[in-house]
Amino acid sequence: MLLANSRGMLAAGRRAAVAANAMQLRSLTTGVSGAADKLTYEFTDKLDLIKPESYESRKAYQVIGEDGKLRQSKEPSLSAELCQKMYENMVRLQVMDHVLYEAQRQGRISFYMQTNGEEGINIGSAAALKHEDVVFAQYREAGVLMWRGFSLQNFADQCFSNADDPGKGRQMPIHYGSVEHNFHTISSPLTTQVPQAAGAAYAFRDAGKDGPVVATYFGEGAASEGDFHAGMNFAATLECPILFLCRNNQYAISTPVQDQFRGDGIVSRAQGYGMASIRVDGNDTIAVYEAVSEARAYARENNRPVLVEMMSYRIGHHSTSDDSTAYRPIEEIESWKETAHPIPRFRKYMEAHNLWDEDKETALRTDVRKAVLQAMTHAEDKPKPDALDNLFADVYTEMPQNLVEQQRELSEQLKKYPAHYAVHH
Amino acid sequence: MNMFMAINDAMRTALKSDDSAVLFGEDVAFGGVFRCSMGLRDEFGKNRVFNTPLCEQGIAGFGIGYASTGRTAIAEVQFADYIFPAFDQLVNEAAKMRYRSGNQFNCGGLTVRAPYGAIGHGGHYHSQSPEAYFTHTPGLKVVIPRDPIQAKGLLLSCIRDPNPCIFFEPKALYRGSVGDVPVGDYTIPLGKAEIVQPGTDVTVVGWGAQMHVLAKACDMAQSEMGISCELIDLRTIVPWDIATIVDSVKKTGRLVVSHEAPKTSGFAAEIAATISDKCFLYLEAPIQRVCGYDTPFPLVFEKCYVPDHLKNFEAIKHTVDF
Repeated sequence: MLLANSRGMLAAGRRAAVAANAMQLRSLTTGVSGAADKLTYEFTDKLDLIKPESYESRKAYQVIGEDGKLRQSKEPSLSAELCQKMYENMVRLQVMDHVLYEAQRQGRISFYMQTNGEEGINIGSAAALKHEDVVFAQYREAGVLMWRGFSLQNFADQCFSNADDPGKGRQMPIHYGSVEHNFHTISSPLTTQVPQAAGAAYAFRDAGKDGPVVATYFGEGAASEGDFHAGMNFAATLECPILFLCRNNQYAISTPVQDQFRGDGIVSRAQGYGMASIRVDGNDTIAVYEAVSEARAYARENNRPVLVEMMSYRIGHHSTSDDSTAYRPIEEIESWKETAHPIPRFRKYMEAHNLWDEDKETALRTDVRKAVLQAMTHAEDKPKPDALDNLFADVYTEMPQNLVEQQRELSEQLKKYPAHYAVHH
Repeated sequence: MNMFMAINDAMRTALKSDDSAVLFGEDVAFGGVFRCSMGLRDEFGKNRVFNTPLCEQGIAGFGIGYASTGRTAIAEVQFADYIFPAFDQLVNEAAKMRYRSGNQFNCGGLTVRAPYGAIGHGGHYHSQSPEAYFTHTPGLKVVIPRDPIQAKGLLLSCIRDPNPCIFFEPKALYRGSVGDVPVGDYTIPLGKAEIVQPGTDVTVVGWGAQMHVLAKACDMAQSEMGISCELIDLRTIVPWDIATIVDSVKKTGRLVVSHEAPKTSGFAAEIAATISDKCFLYLEAPIQRVCGYDTPFPLVFEKCYVPDHLKNFEAIKHTVDF
């Protein structure tokens, strides 16, 4: 106050000089020759703590409301064909999830994770990417692979760890990967893929306007890992064409978002990294498609990262090893299923536009169910990968002496006790 | 050339011969805190030689991702002591990418360089030798040179090897070790130990800066006791050259292994266990491990802590007298 008062009494000329001084810009250079990047900031005479309540919560972009009706007067510019393909893939994903989930319950596969409730995020974002865009996913993004043409048989083969699993039976179910589909093999450690995706995107900086981008998916829980910070900051400072696609489904296993962070979700963090961002209703497939399309175009044109936070709700259990009613009320799950699930919502939109009807729905669900069951039966009947060939290979490009010896040891052991080491579930 | 010049020359050679190769880390743009990247940014441009934010897990993850596109990533961690934030990326990701994907994806183009080892006054966090943490991880190669000639040839091999490599540079030798380094492009094979000095009475194995300590101990053993030591530089810590050590121990019947890192679970333990398995009937004495003590690396006690030439001399005498 004293300072302000004394300033108030200053002569006009003097006041102007002080004001100029207060407004003086301070800049910091990076110190590297040729680097022009500067951080500029102004001074203020107000001692003012910025409190979290003063931040405005970011709105989630929405095209179709929960009633399935358009929120805008303008129709979205998606072709009928694209809408139909998106809807069909969402249903396929849902049915595959259901059947494989049941297969785990019956002990036919060792583990499974559903996408339930996040079909819109999966398919809407996948449809907005190009096939040559490189994807680094977490594990709840099977729909992205499905969209790219990974077949029901491919999914089943991986889950059953048979000889046709491209991963040679080495990883747990749902750890898919396909070089043909530009989809990096999933690994369990959370968020490790995020800085990796930034590194891959750096390789595409000079790829030109038609070049690929990198898209990396992760949940809101994974965003608490240090690797999230690393990947975001590296992508921003190193100017990488990359999309950070966050699935905010409100739970990381049993941990609700209020135990995960206190800011305005994940999207608010983009500003701190100097990054473009958008929050979108993840249960609105068309909104997801439009937001990711926009983000992709921006990332490619500007060689810059974009953070997209897709708001949803994890309707299924975290995994087959989890009973989620131990930490959340069934009513909460039911209410999301009824009001916000992306599939019925998209269906309402499709039906309102005469793109879909009950007959098509029944036929699709019957066909897909049959196809998944068939793929599963095949997958179950196929032989397992040979242990001697596959246990020791690919650790390195060539097999070092210790591995050669260990392979020989196993070979002798298998000869002595063949029945004991038969590979089965 | 001294060792930092040889490393600089190796990276220049790599960047010249491979358009996809990039070099990055903390403070590499101006030449690096140990001068290893001097002049490279000017020569190859800021898109190929660049600073990263100060974040080791980011450096490793970024390098893995860049290499996963089939390109060559040379990442620098400023001190080996600070590689631990990147441990998850290196152990769970880099090492396993090829295996877990059924050879669909790999990050074989990744090399992580880090200055390592004692420096006289480095205390806890500028002295560590963390190689054994990584030798316990299938999928990684761990390589350590002993002089400038080795440094250039082995680093070029790491950069071009189709597997992720960790290259530890003995920082005590950056300026301290000088040699006539070939200016051309050459490599030294990984996975091969080198018999630096042939001998008949005892096999002495080490790597990195410790090789100079061991050479001194071997000289003492020769001149004072007439003991003939066969001195071997392991060079590649994993996958290690079992055959060369086995052949040597079958000849000498005695083995001393020495490293700066702490004794318990240090890599000498692996060598000792393997040799006692493969050379049991040839051994004339228990295998001696001369290592750092099982304490953090101490500042003012460094002279007492390190496995110096006298401790090694005593171990050599002991194994011969046994």
